[in-house]
Parts: sequence; structure tokens; C-alpha cells
Amino acid sequence: MVRTLDRAMLVRARQVAQSVPDPELPMLTVADLGILRDVSVTGTRVVVSLTPTFSGCPAIAEIRADVASRLGAAGFADVEVRTVLSPPWTSDFISPEGRRKLAEAGIAPPRSRSESGGDPVPLTLTAAGPRVDCPVCGSADTARTAAFSGTACKDLYRCRACGEPFEHVKEI
Amino acid sequence: MGFDTAYEAITEESDSGHRWAFGTGFTDPLAGVDTSVPAGVDGADLATYCLMLGDDALIMSHRLQQWLARAPELEEETAIANIALDLLGQARLLLSRAGMADGSKRTEDDYAFDRTEREFRNVRLAEVADADFAGLVARLLVFSTWRLALLVRLRESADPVLAAVAAQGVKELTYHRDYAAQWVIRLGDGTGYSRQRMEAGLAAVAPLVAELFVPSAVEERLAGVAVDAAQVRAEFDAVLAQVLAEAGLDWPEVAGLAGVAGQAGRDGVHTEAMGYLLAELQSVARAMPGATW
Repeated sequence: MVRTLDRAMLVRARQVAQSVPDPELPMLTVADLGILRDVSVTGTRVVVSLTPTFSGCPAIAEIRADVASRLGAAGFADVEVRTVLSPPWTSDFISPEGRRKLAEAGIAPPRSRSESGGDPVPLTLTAAGPRVDCPVCGSADTARTAAFSGTACKDLYRCRACGEPFEHVKEI
Repeated sequence: MGFDTAYEAITEESDSGHRWAFGTGFTDPLAGVDTSVPAGVDGADLATYCLMLGDDALIMSHRLQQWLARAPELEEETAIANIALDLLGQARLLLSRAGMADGSKRTEDDYAFDRTEREFRNVRLAEVADADFAGLVARLLVFSTWRLALLVRLRESADPVLAAVAAQGVKELTYHRDYAAQWVIRLGDGTGYSRQRMEAGLAAVAPLVAELFVPSAVEERLAGVAVDAAQVRAEFDAVLAQVLAEAGLDWPEVAGLAGVAGQAGRDGVHTEAMGYLLAELQSVARAMPGATW
């Protein structure tokens, strides 16, 4: 009986935590983005573990507050939000559902990250960037216009076929 | 639940009072992280090492932030802001780690806003002002090449917090170094005038390079936790040579900037630029101690 109750609480807490939107990519939830690492329930205490996308991600404080506030509203009074730094977030953590939502919003999702990060890290001396298909018309005839954009996790492209500029989530 | 646009998310009812407002009252960036000091490691030494790497990032980030509204193009401004933000994030983690390692419980703000110039452990390369954009990209190339080489090795640190900060930092610095390298090539291999400005940028930064590879007593005592700065010289030289060859530029062979009685940035002995930088960085915190906004 107790086990069933615990199980039901865990499912409920997980549902609430998973539904929290990312403030900078609000079409994605924290679960889609892959920054929600774990939800556990011990007695009445809920512990949620989050991993920031980048060291300087300013949204993480907002996300922490949002997770605590939504769980509070769902009846969980004792909530702890923990930061998990290892292993670091990678764009490979974005779920298939997250990738679909990004593309629907006109943001090119990241490709699977090629295994790099060896020693030493290779230099890239051309500004071309990885080849990315246009999320608007699907053309492969695109060009990177900037390696940085409005948020740390995206760079900027334009499509030569349909003329649209678009953002792309970096492979990191 | 998701939103179609960022604007819907902004206007959503929230009782947290935190939404889209960034000021003081940040939560500890290491909240929930195990910050116990590994067995056999001296907490005070570990704290000092975290300040060395944290101050490099904090002070470099502040210099980069001074470029905002001064960059030649919007894209460059965005890039500089992103790089500054990454470094500020690394600084927050490292300064917070320092306060936990030595047991003083000092916060990132205590370290950033309440220390005097002599207490900052950053290398002098991080603090000097840039004469122009070429000067900035020269300094950023040197800084990010050096720091990337350090952090790649620091991923194996016996301190799990330092290792985790390094693992994330490596990804960020890879972008910073590529950005700087591409601009050094573009200006060096551009017009006669851009080349002249790029050469002047390299000449300004060259005297600050020797200091980066001077091993410190703290690093020696922290073998296995810290990276010996002298070890990364070969990789640094190889990367610089590759970029300069592509840019058609030569590295200016100059003597390193002298310290004072053998002391330099790591010992808290800085250039004249540092006092002005801190006066700006700490002005609000010093004028209104304990203020929140």
C-alpha cells in the first residue's frame, strides 16, 4: 500500500517537473531539453536534479524557481532542486520530441555530436560551421552567418534557397 | 507545458517573482553539488587555485563586457557578450568552489566585490584594456588557447568539482578560440592596414604571455588536482603557430613584462589597469553594501 502511494507520488512529481518550460526555448520543456536529470521522492520530500546547458546559463535560476513553485502548487511542500555538473550537458541530451518541436518552431535542431573533445581539441579556422538543413524549406543550401546568437546554445544561419534567416542549436 | 513564443512565457502568471529578472539574490551555482574536499588535498590550496582560475575568468569577462555597445558589428557584439557570459559562468562556479574548499563559506559576491586588488589572483593578461578590436582578438586568442589547454587537462583533476567545471568549459572555450583565431586570420590576411593593426595587437599582448607558464607553488602542492602551467606551453605554441601561419603573421619576440620583486598577477601584483577595472566592477557593491535589486 505504502509502496503504491510512493509510486503514485513519484509519477505525479515527475509529471510536474517534466512540464516546466525552458525560459529561453519556451517551446521545449526541461525534459525535452535534457536538463532534467532525475526526480526522486523520499517520504514527502521531492528532489529534482538539473544540469545547466552552459556554465553561464542565466536561465537556470529561473528554472529552479519555476520547478519549486510548480511542485509547490501541485501539493509538494518539501522540494529541493539540486545542480548536477557531471556529466556536462550535451546537445545529444535533447529528446527526439524536443528536436521535432525545435524544427516546428523554425529552429534547426542539433545533429548528433561527432565524437571529438580529444587532446588537444582541434582548431577550426574557417567560419563555415557545420552543414545544417533549413528548418523552413528543407534545403541543404545554407550558410552560417554567426557562431554566436541571442542565447549561448544557438548560432545563426541563412538559407540561400528560401532566403530565410534561422537559428540552429549548436552541437556541443 | 510549452509556449509558442517567448512572449507568451514572459506574460505567464508566476508567483515565484523570479521570472526574467536577473539581479542579485542568485542561488548558489553549486547548490546540491558535493563540495567536500577530496582526501589528502589541502582546502586552502584548493581555494587559492580556484581563485586563480576563477579570477582569470571574472576579470577577462569584465573586460569583454566593456566592449558591449562598442563592437564594430552586431554579430561581433553578440559573440563577445556570449564569450563574456560563458567566462562569467565559469567564474561563478570557481569562486563558489573556493569558498566551500577553505571552509570560509564566502560566496561568489564576497570574492568578486569585497576583495582588494592585492587579493586578486588573475594573470595580468586578463586585466589589460584593448586598444582596438584587433587588440581584443589577439588577447582573446592567447587567453582562450592557454585556458583551453589548461581545462582539457583539468578534466582529469582529482577534485570532481574542478573536473566538472573544466569538462563544460572545454566546450565553451573551443568556440572562443575558434572565434578569435578566425578574426586574427581575417585581419592578418586582409588589407595592408588591417594587417598593421593586427600586428600592433599581437605586439601589445606578447609581453604578457611568459607569465602564463610560470608554475606556482600552489600548483606544485596540488599535483593531481591542479595543472602545472608550464606543461601547456608546447600545445599553446603549436596552436599559435598554426593560426599565425594561416594569417601570414609573425609572433613578435619580446621580453616578458617584468613583475615587482619577482611577483606578478598570481601573487596579487597587477598592472595599473587593474585598479581602474575593479573600481568599476565593484562600484555599486561598495557604494551600497548589501544592496539588492
